[in-house]
Amino acid sequence: MKTWFKSGAPWIWLNGGAVAICMIMVIGLIGLIAVRGFGHFWPANVAEIEINDHTGAQSVVLGEVVRSQTIPAVVARDTGNYVPDDLELVTRYLIKQGNRDQTGRDFVWYLEPGMEEFRYPQNAFVIERREWGNFYGYPMLLQREGETIATADDENFWSLLQQSVDRSLALHREIQKVEKRSIGAINTKINNLRLDLRRLDLRDPPAEVRAAEEARVAQAREQLDLEYQQLRVELDALYQSTRRDSLQMRMSDNKEVTISLANIVRVTAPNTMSIPAKLGQYAERLWEFLSDQPREANTEGGIFPAIFGTVTMVFVMSIMVTPFGILAAIYLREYAKQGLMTRIIRISVYNLAGVPSIVYGVFGLGFFVYFLGGNLDRLFYEAALPTPTFGTPGLFWASLTLALLTLPIVIVSTEEGLARIPSTIRQGSLALGATKSETLWKVIVPLATPAMMTGLILAIARAAGEVAPLMLVGVVKLAPTLPVDATFPFIHLERKIMHLGFHIYDVGFQSPNVEAARPLVYATALVLVILIVVLNLTAISIRNRLRERYRSVSD
Amino acid sequence: MNSQATNASPIRVSLNQTAGSEGKEALLMANETPKIQVKDLNLYYGQDQALKNICLTIPEKKVTAFIGPSGCGKSTLLRCFNRMNDLVDNVTITGEMIMDGIDINDPKINVAELRRQVGMVFQKPNPFPKSIYENVAYGLRLQGINDRQTLDKVVEKSLKGAALWDEVKDRLNESAMGMSGGQQQRLVIARAIAIEPEVILLDEPASALDPISTLKIEELINELKDQYTIVIVTHNMQQAARVSDYTAFMYMGELIEFGATDQLFTNPGVKQTEDYITGRYG
Repeated sequence: MKTWFKSGAPWIWLNGGAVAICMIMVIGLIGLIAVRGFGHFWPANVAEIEINDHTGAQSVVLGEVVRSQTIPAVVARDTGNYVPDDLELVTRYLIKQGNRDQTGRDFVWYLEPGMEEFRYPQNAFVIERREWGNFYGYPMLLQREGETIATADDENFWSLLQQSVDRSLALHREIQKVEKRSIGAINTKINNLRLDLRRLDLRDPPAEVRAAEEARVAQAREQLDLEYQQLRVELDALYQSTRRDSLQMRMSDNKEVTISLANIVRVTAPNTMSIPAKLGQYAERLWEFLSDQPREANTEGGIFPAIFGTVTMVFVMSIMVTPFGILAAIYLREYAKQGLMTRIIRISVYNLAGVPSIVYGVFGLGFFVYFLGGNLDRLFYEAALPTPTFGTPGLFWASLTLALLTLPIVIVSTEEGLARIPSTIRQGSLALGATKSETLWKVIVPLATPAMMTGLILAIARAAGEVAPLMLVGVVKLAPTLPVDATFPFIHLERKIMHLGFHIYDVGFQSPNVEAARPLVYATALVLVILIVVLNLTAISIRNRLRERYRSVSD
Repeated sequence: MNSQATNASPIRVSLNQTAGSEGKEALLMANETPKIQVKDLNLYYGQDQALKNICLTIPEKKVTAFIGPSGCGKSTLLRCFNRMNDLVDNVTITGEMIMDGIDINDPKINVAELRRQVGMVFQKPNPFPKSIYENVAYGLRLQGINDRQTLDKVVEKSLKGAALWDEVKDRLNESAMGMSGGQQQRLVIARAIAIEPEVILLDEPASALDPISTLKIEELINELKDQYTIVIVTHNMQQAARVSDYTAFMYMGELIEFGATDQLFTNPGVKQTEDYITGRYG
């Protein structure tokens, strides 16, 4: 034993063990969120369960089995359930039975006693709806303008249904386009006209100028109103058209429900699907998750605005933090006289990196949003007041706050990179008749780029995962528009954005429907992790390419 | 080896601490054009005096070697010639260094311009992390010369001048970092001669190299001295004897003896020099 200690082997085991534990934790974390998150998109089979009550009453439940749990019978009895006296433990199943509009609860626990075997009927349909979540039931009739065109027993029922669904989806896209693009553009123009009038009031020009301007606005407005009326008619026709078809369904308790096709996103019969069909369905749903807008208070639909918002914010932050950090570091290391002052500055910068992020959020809100933004509004957007333009949380302030938060990281790593460059290189350049700034920009800064990239990588990793300060300075639960679109000036820095980190918090903790939100929390977390990994890998590969070029000097 | 030195029959001047500055003024050699004249040069790092009353004349288009034990101030003296000591904080210099009638230490002169005339090669090869071509072209680009043809010509001429052309002519666009130490040092010399300086300062140019590379550098110095005034600092007395025409022996910040290399090595005038070159200290 003593010799074993002396051989140094315990240290190797200790160190190896530490590495192993770290690896297990990382893999465990990723694995957990991957399994929970990705499982959500798999089209689960729909079970039909007959339950015979102890009173002899019979009921049928239709839905997806989410998970099961074994609990002490006492607990089950306490919550008001009947459990036979001879049982100590009882298993219960969480069934996603949907139909929130009909029954009020879409996730329900059922105790095992009294359950018959699970059946998986071929004709069990899952209908994803725009409102009220999923519907589970059996198909009865497909109707067009009140007339039945197919019954569930007809051979072509499924194909007719899919045709109707495709048609209503196409109409829905059309409606979206008209509402978001055309009517949105008209709204922007009308708003601009309103601002023009307001500016006129503020400027108070001579009467003839005013009259001319007012006439112009009135005319433009009339024109726009006319366009709007046309679009309105078009839109009404589209809405009318989407209401043409409806589907009559029967619930598990035999209640009949009519669902308008306008409300349907997707109809599937998972019990009839083969594995490849399910895989196709899985890919489709995953893609929808990544590329679609959220629905139903973020508990359904996609997270595209959040992904987009996160990426845009990180980009804007990088654009701001990199030049500032690098210039500051160059001054500190190359120009400033090294002494007490630079030491104080350096210590302050290092300490800035340790300030809790929420403090930055408070600062961002107080200084950037209210002070800077407020003054910007007074200077440049006076006509829009009292509605704030920049004097309210938004993309730009969120990015700026994060830039401030990550500035120390960039400064520290750039400084370290500059310090690592051998003084002989510097002298070599000076000895050739280069001035200090020529040496700096032609030799030193290119050599320090890998270190700058390292700083940027760390900054991105920190910024993309930050949530707390963003809640104060620009991230919201649901942003109606993306920060980049086709309206001038294309990048709207004043807009509020959605963010994956905040989305996780919002869906996980602020959502009324906890069970529906749970898998989305994991899936969103996974997307966030993957996004950060992708951003980092990009930056790392750029850095490695740079490093390769300047090998043997900096290392 | 030093044919010019022998037939020029220079006057050997020996100095020691007791000699007055008037004696040092007599430091001139027959048949040589002086390039740089150093008079009463004193250099202080803060309170410490690193160079004491240095007086010497660097002859034009000859190789002058500075020898002496570590810390004797020979590199410091060398770095005075192109004002590299400006980079060090807290340095005070008194005395004159006249090159072509201009005082090098004059605060009004353009240092970058001076360094273009007085090139320098350091102990450790320090190529820039650029291509071989760009390394040589660097000094020209600084002067605003970006014409490709001119650059091509100068790069070729400089690399040939540094006896490196044949080895690298097929890989001019590869990184200089991939070359061997000896090649890198010759590249640095090529880089220095590309801007056609008048004086080249070599600060122990071969001390980080293997014997074969050292030999190549020494051969190169011999070729370059037809065109350039060369000042070399070296630890290696054999090297000084092989490559230089004149040698200055320094000790503790003072110039002990200065004279033609042949005479200084064969018949040193001062006891300290003799002790040093026979290996009794240092």
